[in-house]
Amino acid sequence: MRPGGETTAALRGPAERRWTILAGIWVVLIAAPFWLPLVHGYTSLGSRILVLGLAAMSVNFLIGFTGVVSFGHAAYFGLGVYGAGMVLRYVAPSTPLALLAGILLGGGAGVLVGALICRSRGIYFAMITIAFEQIFYYIAYKWDSVTGGYDGLRGFQRAAINFGVFTLDIKHSDLAFYYFVLAVFAIVAGVMGFLLHSPFGRTLLAIRENERRARFLGISVDWHIWLSFSISAFCIGAAGALYAMVNNFSDPSSLYFDLSGDLVIMAVMGGIRSFWGPLLGAAIFEVLQDYISSRTVNWLFFIGLVFVIVVMFFPRGLLGIFQRRRAA
Amino acid sequence: MLQLVLFNLFNGLIIGAFYVLLALGLSMILNLSNVINFAHGNFLALGGYLAYVLIPYIGFWPSLLAAPLLTGVVGLIIEQTMIRRIYGRDPIYSLLLTFGLAFMIQDACRYIWGVNGLPLATPPSISRPLSTEFFFLTGYRVFVVGIVIVAVAALFAFLRFTRMGMRIRAGVFDLDTVSALGINVKLLRSLNFAGGIFLAGLAGVLAGGQIGLNPNMGDSLLLPSFIAIIVGGMGSLVGTLLGGLLIGVAAAITTVFFASASDTVIYVIMALVLLLRPRGLLGEEGIL
Repeated sequence: MRPGGETTAALRGPAERRWTILAGIWVVLIAAPFWLPLVHGYTSLGSRILVLGLAAMSVNFLIGFTGVVSFGHAAYFGLGVYGAGMVLRYVAPSTPLALLAGILLGGGAGVLVGALICRSRGIYFAMITIAFEQIFYYIAYKWDSVTGGYDGLRGFQRAAINFGVFTLDIKHSDLAFYYFVLAVFAIVAGVMGFLLHSPFGRTLLAIRENERRARFLGISVDWHIWLSFSISAFCIGAAGALYAMVNNFSDPSSLYFDLSGDLVIMAVMGGIRSFWGPLLGAAIFEVLQDYISSRTVNWLFFIGLVFVIVVMFFPRGLLGIFQRRRAA
Repeated sequence: MLQLVLFNLFNGLIIGAFYVLLALGLSMILNLSNVINFAHGNFLALGGYLAYVLIPYIGFWPSLLAAPLLTGVVGLIIEQTMIRRIYGRDPIYSLLLTFGLAFMIQDACRYIWGVNGLPLATPPSISRPLSTEFFFLTGYRVFVVGIVIVAVAALFAFLRFTRMGMRIRAGVFDLDTVSALGINVKLLRSLNFAGGIFLAGLAGVLAGGQIGLNPNMGDSLLLPSFIAIIVGGMGSLVGTLLGGLLIGVAAAITTVFFASASDTVIYVIMALVLLLRPRGLLGEEGIL
């Protein structure tokens, strides 16, 4: 085949396929409450996986599409958890306000930390993100009177949303709550997807592929990394706020770097080069973790083994395997 | 008051000495292999437990050397079978790999030696207090500081004066050129890794004598060691040494005046350093 023909075929094929795949993903997600019981799942597990998947996708915005590794993103997730929890507990039983508070607290902290660290790169960047995460963990851990300290923040519940015409009772109905989570997920994932397809997103990819060349093209690399870090912090803040509503509880371990590791392994398991990979990774990791911890007291050893096996044998993740096969 | 300040200063020095031992090993591995070893604190615990096993057979003094050596051998085996495969790959893989190894070693220690803390017997000759007025000056604590000084001096002498040490320093500077000069870089990295783990094991034996053994004993030391490296400047072992002592002493002095801030002060120092001097106190330019 002529080189030109090959290119046009390649351009037309994946675009059509992409829409089919996208439609398929949304059908699966919308229908989840109906097929989950068939595989011994339940609706609130679906909500939980969506939230963690959104968190892993936010981390992957930075890792997979900007090429910068944060190992401290649980900080902004946890701040989202506490932002939402504290609004529901102390201010008002308002779900939109709680969501906003989580986004602003997580994202705001991301903007500040990002400004301090956007000049560093590689493994050092990762190390500094971990150290900063500890600051927020300590604050949540020590500030007993506000955050509940070691025991976490209890005594709040997600509140029904009043749309004027009708009320969505996410407080009592797991099904309504699932669709609320799915709606927020759709908006945040949509924003990330839109940004990645914009010229801004292409610039991030250019930085990932070759930072030096991007710099020669006149791209302000530090500024873009700061922006990307901040955007991913706002998005993971939203996921954190939802997580507070999933559990009706703000747990200091949601700020701890063990969770950062979990989010990164979810992204890698699904495939960091794909937009939807981290959601798949979150589903697999959650189910695997549930299964292992129900089977043995030494579950920590086997979770560690999962990390090692993924790194050694499946570094491209599940969707990465498909991508490679398709390219071949 | 003076006594209180001295007491805390000395406490800070002890804690700083542990940070230094752990951070130096982390820093060696980070500089030459570009790997953050999350499992470093768990190698520390492993070193302590190995000493616990060895002491009844060979006594305390031989164990002080043998347990860290054995820990280094375990580290070498792990490096040979797993970690060397991810050299040169995206940093995300080394982070995840050592993160998983940390879980595995921690749980293995818990499985073998139990959840509850175990005491590590130290010889009576170094366990008694040296002075009634300065009660905190026990023989064991002075001994810890002494051993750390000897170990650090030996490490720096090794890096400065031996052929292998010079190759490691050259490798930190420019690994490709060192490799092109016909030096076995793989061997260099393996021995360097084992050396870093040896220091963690030594810290484990010393810490075990002070606070006893438990499977999580390294966890509280790992993150301050990261901060020691960041504050001291990446790529510089002298910087790591200073950083470890600085944050140990600063946290302890803060305890005197404002106890509840003692955990936070090291993070404040880190944020200030990153703001004013992003490459750290003695860091190489261009690394950050």
